[in-house]
Amino acid sequence: MPSNGAPIGTPTKVTQGSQTKGGIGESTLRPDGTLKVTGEFAYSSDMWHEDMLWGQILRSTVAHAEIVSIDTSEALKTAGVYAVMTYDDLPAEMKNYGLEIQDTPVLAHGKVRHHGEPVAIVAADHPETARRAAAKIKVEYRELPVITDEASATAPDAILVHEGRDDHHIGHVPHPNIVHRQPIIRGDVEEARKRADVIVEGEYTFGMQDQAFLGPESGLAVPEEDGGVHLYIATQWLHSDLRQIAPVLGLPEEKVRMTLAGVGGAFGGREDLSMQIHACLLAMRTGKPVKIVYNRFESFFGHVHRHPAKLYYEHGATKDGKLTHMKCRIVLDGGAYASASPAVVGNASSLSVGPYVIDDVDIEAIALYTNNPPCGAMRGFGAVQACFAYEAQMDKLAKKLGMDPVEFRQLNAMEQGTIMPTGQPVDSPAPVAELLRRVKSMPLPPERQWESSEGADVRQLPGGLSNTTHGEGVVRGIGYAVGIKNVGFSEGFDDYSTAKVRMEVVGGEAVATVHTAMAEVGQGGVTVHAQIARTELGVSQVTIHPADTQVGSAGSTSASRQTYVTGGAVKNACELVREQVLEIGRRKFGTYHPAWATAELLLEGGKVVTDGGEVLADLADVLEGEVVELEREWRHRPTEAFDLRTGQGNGHVQYSFAAHRAVVEVDTELGLVKVIELACAQDVGKALNPLSVLGQIQGGTLQGMGIAVMEEIIVDPKTAKVRNPSFTDYLLPTILDTPIIPVDVLELADEHAPYGLRGIGEAPTLSSTPAVLAAIRNATGLELNRTPVRPEHLTGKA
Amino acid sequence: MDFLRPASWEEALAAKAEHPTAVPIAGGTDVMVEINFDHRRPEYLLDLNRIGDLTEWETGEDTVRLGASVPYTGIMEHLRAELPGLALASHTVASPQIRNRGGVGGNLGTASPAGDAHPALLAAGADVEVESAARGTRLIPIDEFYTGVKRNALQPDELIRAVHIKKADGPQQYSKVGTRNAMVIAVCAFGLALHPETRTVRTGIGSAAPTPVRAKAAEEFLNAALEEGGFWDNGKIITPSVAKQFADLCSAACNPIDDVRGTASYRRHAVGVMARRTLTWTWESYRGTAAHSEGVA
Repeated sequence: MPSNGAPIGTPTKVTQGSQTKGGIGESTLRPDGTLKVTGEFAYSSDMWHEDMLWGQILRSTVAHAEIVSIDTSEALKTAGVYAVMTYDDLPAEMKNYGLEIQDTPVLAHGKVRHHGEPVAIVAADHPETARRAAAKIKVEYRELPVITDEASATAPDAILVHEGRDDHHIGHVPHPNIVHRQPIIRGDVEEARKRADVIVEGEYTFGMQDQAFLGPESGLAVPEEDGGVHLYIATQWLHSDLRQIAPVLGLPEEKVRMTLAGVGGAFGGREDLSMQIHACLLAMRTGKPVKIVYNRFESFFGHVHRHPAKLYYEHGATKDGKLTHMKCRIVLDGGAYASASPAVVGNASSLSVGPYVIDDVDIEAIALYTNNPPCGAMRGFGAVQACFAYEAQMDKLAKKLGMDPVEFRQLNAMEQGTIMPTGQPVDSPAPVAELLRRVKSMPLPPERQWESSEGADVRQLPGGLSNTTHGEGVVRGIGYAVGIKNVGFSEGFDDYSTAKVRMEVVGGEAVATVHTAMAEVGQGGVTVHAQIARTELGVSQVTIHPADTQVGSAGSTSASRQTYVTGGAVKNACELVREQVLEIGRRKFGTYHPAWATAELLLEGGKVVTDGGEVLADLADVLEGEVVELEREWRHRPTEAFDLRTGQGNGHVQYSFAAHRAVVEVDTELGLVKVIELACAQDVGKALNPLSVLGQIQGGTLQGMGIAVMEEIIVDPKTAKVRNPSFTDYLLPTILDTPIIPVDVLELADEHAPYGLRGIGEAPTLSSTPAVLAAIRNATGLELNRTPVRPEHLTGKA
Repeated sequence: MDFLRPASWEEALAAKAEHPTAVPIAGGTDVMVEINFDHRRPEYLLDLNRIGDLTEWETGEDTVRLGASVPYTGIMEHLRAELPGLALASHTVASPQIRNRGGVGGNLGTASPAGDAHPALLAAGADVEVESAARGTRLIPIDEFYTGVKRNALQPDELIRAVHIKKADGPQQYSKVGTRNAMVIAVCAFGLALHPETRTVRTGIGSAAPTPVRAKAAEEFLNAALEEGGFWDNGKIITPSVAKQFADLCSAACNPIDDVRGTASYRRHAVGVMARRTLTWTWESYRGTAAHSEGVA
């Protein structure tokens, strides 16, 4: 029976503001926000199970060596130890894993290829016991020469990092120590060069950045009665993990259940497996739940880093400032295992021109196999390194031409309709010139903010609390940069997401449940999914089901794709559910009002309404006694692979643009830098949650600043060993290093995307780094061809 | 690992005598990092937190007797006038949480060349009060305290009880270079104290030699130059050439290494810059003309 007393189907006028609250476009708050800032959120490292054991990994102490012998006898004798496993104990034929190329041994077999490679695993009843037992395992190494750069990797007598490669890149790479090579040839660089009045060349170096997520790798594997295992894990992509884990365990995928545990940040560093298989192996071996938690030191060895790169660029321009051509070569160091290297190569090459119009290009990008730490996904991957180099080139060109660097960029900026070097037209707004205009027009922060009546406020100065200057030697500089990032997985990848949406009546109210396998790593997907469901289904109560593998894949939380793709899947599933709900409504109440058959019907504020605003029914009445639930995959427009010789192909689905203006103050005598302000303008298509958008832009901006002035994993070139695997010497920006970040958000809809939205998470990481570098160059007059820039580079004391 | 918890100073000395390998722990900001990273597994930890007087200080006529466990926060809040150099150094120690726990005793016990307090103690002039059950108390002049990389003049049965630091009789300054604007281990550091009473200048250099050191040749040069020109009396501006030579001599006092935090060449250079700047700030302050002499934090 109807609940409101009025005859069913009697139209009533919708009162103003009855649109569903908490829908898209509102800054609804994160459900996990308060828990996280008060320390109550349960991260994966907080999990506990009765009778659980602790797993520990023994890692190689050298970067490149043959394993002569492994003696586990002392470890096995240790009281409290339940299992010690090496390569020989692996249960299945499959003993490797990898995102694209399965080249990574679960445990080292005969050889270690990088410092910190897993060699053996231990389970014990106490973490300290496990650690001590692992230390008792005796591994004898016969060291091999280390391959650390392009010269040593491609030398005629170079040792092959991987013998007998049979992956699908081996056929087109010039050397087996090159993972993948992608050239892009368009137009005729030799001819175009003749039109150039000025030519600039540059060689740039990009350091190795770490994702440095605050929650180290951790998870809990629980053996199940059917011989399978249930893994609770902090990851970026449950189904990708599953696909790699199950074969190594010798289990069908349905016997490996996975549930997302609390993720403490990711930034690409959880796209590869870390302790997943190790915990499962130990759980299956011992029949007990096994928890593994890395400490910070181990975390630096437990995940891939951002590819360090060497970039060689040549640009030409006419004297009136039009770019004529670009030639570049980008050498990415992939380290010992492939990880995401092929995709990083694809991004670096296809985005190497930046957001500019250049018809004649000759591009080559490669990723090396070396004995350096493995590198893979990190926020903006491939595009970040290229942006650092091409933006330095833009400044050099502008300077040589005597032009304003922003005007020069605007003159060459791409627009909707521009053809990419891959031949792909840009078919949605590309407001590059406008973003530059916006950052440039923001008011500049006042000069000499450190001056106060009580003396110099050192917190406002380079060096901060270290009290190195009271204004002496301090020079201000301003720099600009703009970048382009692809959104979603490219190059023909089947980049789909799945969403399961349910509607029913609970406690007299129509409610919705959204179930996806999306990894919430801090990006705010759980907030956005609820907003989409409210908007599409007109309910206020939306439950976000925990992410697990009981629903289809949601793809990776990376590549700025989750709001687009899994958000798109949720929207699509909601629309289909809505149709079914309306069908039920028509069946139940259609005879009461002709609008059921004739009008466009919406679900708003818990009611079925016409597009004219007439209420036809309460959703609770429509759904009384009914449950509507469906699960659907959703895909964005398909993409194509890049041609292996010419690089041509419609490889990308969408682009994301951001521009920065950096204002820095440099103590030119000590080489210390204070970034005063990093203003950002970004086109987000549609801000589904404006507060989250702001957070992403500010966070990405700061992460880009980190690799500009302090963050770097330092690898000894002689030994390929990591020298600073701790937060003592891998420096992240503190709040005192954080500049003011004014953000100007532009919303130009991409008609191909759900709600017109644009993936936003990575673009601000691109342009932030070169903007800071440009500002430091502006302050010091130095060339600065490497990032991060260190005090010794600014003082000539390297 | 046994955890010893003496209730009194006497018990602590007895425990240290019985277990000379015991590692004293107070704030734990150094020791616990080493233990967490498994760099160190001492047989015994000797917890000094039940001994209340270690967190107290007394201001005497010429010196401050600073308990070994007085946290840096306490120095910043209460001893800025008496120990301005050490107070500035305290500001640069790690984060507020660490400054609430850590104290100078720990810095001295670890004797890392990168310890933030050392240059300030060297510049101010100080004696370290150490004690053993067998031989009682002795005062070790700070100049003789640092004996090698992470080594000090303590005997295995001795504990650090306090530091007697000369109260400032003139302006003092402290600068530290790190590649982050807060919470950073020193690439190098410099402390400078003017002592108008004795018409001398003292210095301290951190992280630029195997131990914290004074730049004695620089001090002697500057003492002579100030005396010769009558600067202490006439309060004239120190000439740039004098400041430069002082800075060069401070650089020359360094014996640094290349490491992940910086190059030797940069450290030498930066110590010179800090020497020149801190000399300018302290001298301007001595002349009484500068409103902008001391950093505000």
